[in-house]
Amino acid sequence: MISELFSVTVLIGILASGIRLATPYLYASIGETFGQRSGVLNLGVEGQMLLGAFAAFFVALTTGNLWFGVLAAMIVGALMGLLMAFVTVNLHAQQGISGIGFYLFGLGMSDLLFQKLMGTVETVKGFPPLKIPFLSNIPGVGEIFFNQNILVYGAYLLVPAAWFVLNKTTLGLKIRSVGENPDAADSLGVSVARVRYFTIILGGVLSGIAGASLSIALLNVFQQNMTSGLGFIAVALVYFGGWRPWGVLGGALLFSMVNSLQLWIQVLGIPIPSDIAVMMPYVLTILVLVATVSRVRAPTALTRPFERED
Amino acid sequence: MTNQTSSTSEIPLIVEMRGIVKRFPGVLANDHVNFELKRGEIHGLLGENGAGKSTLMNILAGLYRQEAGTILVNGKPKVFSSPRDAIKAGIGMVHQHFMLVPSQTVTENILLGLDDPRFIMRLPEYDSKIAELGERFGLKVDPRAKIWQLSVGEQQRVEILKMLYRGVNVLIMDEPTAVLAPQEIEGLFETLRAMIAQGKSVIFISHKLQEVSAIADRVSVLRKGVATASGVASKGVSRQELARLMVGRDVIFALDKKPGKPGDVVLDVRDIYADNDKGLPALRGLSLNVHAGEIVGVAGVAGNGQSELSQVISGMRQCKQGQVILAGDEVSNHSTLFGIQHGMAYVPEDRTHVGSAPNLSITDNVIMKKYRKPPILKNGLLDMKAATKLANELKQAYDIIVPNVSTPVRLLSGGNLQRVILAREISGLPSFMVAVQPTRGLDVGAIEGVHRLLLAQREAGAAVLLVSEELEELLSLSDRVYVIYEGKIMGEVMVKGEGHDEALVDTIGQMMTGTPLDQIQNEGVAANG
Repeated sequence: MISELFSVTVLIGILASGIRLATPYLYASIGETFGQRSGVLNLGVEGQMLLGAFAAFFVALTTGNLWFGVLAAMIVGALMGLLMAFVTVNLHAQQGISGIGFYLFGLGMSDLLFQKLMGTVETVKGFPPLKIPFLSNIPGVGEIFFNQNILVYGAYLLVPAAWFVLNKTTLGLKIRSVGENPDAADSLGVSVARVRYFTIILGGVLSGIAGASLSIALLNVFQQNMTSGLGFIAVALVYFGGWRPWGVLGGALLFSMVNSLQLWIQVLGIPIPSDIAVMMPYVLTILVLVATVSRVRAPTALTRPFERED
Repeated sequence: MTNQTSSTSEIPLIVEMRGIVKRFPGVLANDHVNFELKRGEIHGLLGENGAGKSTLMNILAGLYRQEAGTILVNGKPKVFSSPRDAIKAGIGMVHQHFMLVPSQTVTENILLGLDDPRFIMRLPEYDSKIAELGERFGLKVDPRAKIWQLSVGEQQRVEILKMLYRGVNVLIMDEPTAVLAPQEIEGLFETLRAMIAQGKSVIFISHKLQEVSAIADRVSVLRKGVATASGVASKGVSRQELARLMVGRDVIFALDKKPGKPGDVVLDVRDIYADNDKGLPALRGLSLNVHAGEIVGVAGVAGNGQSELSQVISGMRQCKQGQVILAGDEVSNHSTLFGIQHGMAYVPEDRTHVGSAPNLSITDNVIMKKYRKPPILKNGLLDMKAATKLANELKQAYDIIVPNVSTPVRLLSGGNLQRVILAREISGLPSFMVAVQPTRGLDVGAIEGVHRLLLAQREAGAAVLLVSEELEELLSLSDRVYVIYEGKIMGEVMVKGEGHDEALVDTIGQMMTGTPLDQIQNEGVAANG
C-alpha cells in the first residue's frame, strides 16, 4: 500500500495539490507579515478569512461573477482591517486580546450571515485551472506548477512583490522602521499611525482574498468555520518565516506539502489512523517553530502601541 | 549679561525663543524662558537633571508644543507641530537616546521619511552621497554598515549626519558626551567646530560644567525651569559662578576624603567568564580585587561588561568559568541570598526595576533584606510595627524627604529612591558593596549625598566596588581604578590625592578605547627615548 505513494502520478498529484493548498496561507501570511513588520500582531486573521470566504461565496453565488466575489472579500477584509487598526492604533488595545475578539466576531458573524442568507450548503463553480501556454505542457512540472487557477498564481506572485516592497522601497523602509523603532520614525516625520493603518488594512484585504481562495477557488463551498484554524497557522507561519516573504513561502510550502501528503494517504486508504494523519502538519509546525525559535528576532516594537510622550 | 564683545552682538539671531511655558503633570518644566541663538556659535545650555533643558529644546525641535511663548527663526515666527516642521525650518536635534533602527543600514536610517528617493530606493547612489557628506564634516562612518554593528560614538555620528543630510542649520545636541570616551569627545568637538566653520549653529545641552566651558562660545543656564543666565560669554564666567547659577547655592567640589588605610582582601574576582543576555561573551577572563576600607572604581564606556560584572558578583548572573570569592568563600554561581549572608550589599544600576519594588512602600522596600530575622520576623510573621519603626529611623538617618514611610517608592524622586536603596543596603552593615552608576540621573545635591555615603562606608572599613561611567566621580572617590574594555581589564591605576590629573585621565581614556596599560607605558618610554 505504502508503495502506491511513490508512483509518479501520485507524486505529481501530491505536489500539485501541495502547491494549490499553500494559496490561502500565502495570502494571509504575507498580509500578516506586513502588519507584524510594522509592529502589529493581528490574531484576527482567521475571522477576516471566514468573513472573506463567506462574502466571496455569497456574492459569487448571487451575481454569478467570481471577480465580484473576490472584490467583496477584499472589501470585507479591508473593513475588518480598518476596525482592527482603529482599536489597536487609536485606542491602544492589547493586540493579542483584540485579535482574538476579531476572530470570534468573524466566526460568529460569518455563521449568522450564512444561516440567514443561505441556510443550506451550496456549491459554486470556482475559478477554473488556467493553463500557462507551453509551460503547462512540460511533463510533470507543467501539471504541478502551471495548471492551477488564477488565485494560486496570484499568491505566488505576491511573494516577490512583498519582498520588493519591504526591502527596496521607501514604503518598505517606513514599515520596517515603524516596527523596529517607532520613536525614530516619528522623529523623522513618518506617521506611525498612517503606516500601521495601511499595513493592517492591507493585511485585512489579503486575508479576505485568502478566504475567497478557499470558498471560490479551492473548495468551492461555504461552511460554518470552514477555515478551521488555518488563519492561526498563517500567523504562526510569519514567525516561522522570520518575518520575511521568502521564509513565509518556505513555511507555507512545507506545511501544505505535508498536508497534501496526509490527504493522499487518506485517499489511498493507507492504514494510518486518519486522526494521526490530520495531526501531522500541526505537529510539524510546532516542532519546526520550536527548532527555529531563536533564529531571527521579531520586530522590536511588535505588539507595542505607539504614543508620543507629550 | 557680562563681557559681550561688540563683534558677537552684530551677528544676527538665528533662533529666538520668547516666554516659553511648558507644564507637565505636577511640574512647571519651563517658566517663561527666553533663549537666543546666534548664527555660527556653539551655545551651551547648562542645568541640572530636571531643570527643563531637554524640554525647552524638545519644543524647539517640534517634539513638544509650548503652552505659551513664541519661537522666531530668522526673525519670523514659527509654529512647529512635529519634528518634521522643525527640520523644514532648519532645526534638528540629536537626542540623548538615539533614534536609530538597529537592524537597518546607516543610509537607510538617514533616508527614512524623506521624499527623495521617491519610491524605489537605489541605495548605492545614496551611500556615496552620505559618505561625501561625512567627509566634509569629519564624520567617518561606513554608509552600508548596519547600526547594531557600530560603536556608540559612530551611532552618534549617524545621528548628526541624519540632520546634516536634511540640511539643518541649527543642531541641538542633548547630552552628547554622556556616552563617549574622552578621545571620542575630542572627535565630537572637532566635528562641532567644523560645522561652525561652515556656518551652522549648535546648541550643546549638558550638565557638565567643564565641557560647556571648553566648547561653548556662550552659555545659558536653566534652574528648575527658569533661565538664570542667558547668552553669557563662556570666557567671562567662572566654573564656580556657573555652578551657582545651576544649583542656586555654592557647590563644594572637593570631597572630604581621608587618606585610605586598606586592610585585607575582601572581594577577589578570579578570571571570570560570563555571557550577556544575548548569549554572547560579555566577560572574558576578568580579575580584580577590593580590600577592606577601600573604594575601587571600574571605569569604561557603557556596555563593555560592567553590568554583567556586577551581576556575576551579586549572584544574579551565572559565570561559566572563574570564581568570585567574598571574605574567603566562593559566592559565584550561588543564590543572591548566599552572597547577602556573606555580607554583600548591591546597589544596582536600574533603581526602579532591580533596586526596588515601585508599587510597594518605603517600609516594604527597606525590610527586603531583613525580614528573615528578628526584630522584623516575630513568631514566623512580619512585625509591621517594628518594620515601620525601622523605616522611620532610616528615613531620619538617610534624609529621605517624604511625608511618611507608607508612600509607594515609585512616587519618590531619583535621589530619594537611591537613598532608600542605600539605606536598605548599608543598614545591613555589609563588608562589601558593589554600586553601579549610583548617581546616574541625580541632581548635584543628591550626588553629593550619595558620594558622602560611599565614603562613609570606606571609612567604616567596608570594601566598595564602584562601577561608573563618570570619570570625575571615579577619580574623586576611588583609591584605585580598573578600566574595563570588552569584558577584560585593560589595566589598573592608583588615584593619588585630589584634583584633575590630565595624564591619568589620558591613560584611562586610552584604556577605555581598548589599549592595555602596558602598551601605553611602552609608547611613553619610546616617545621619551
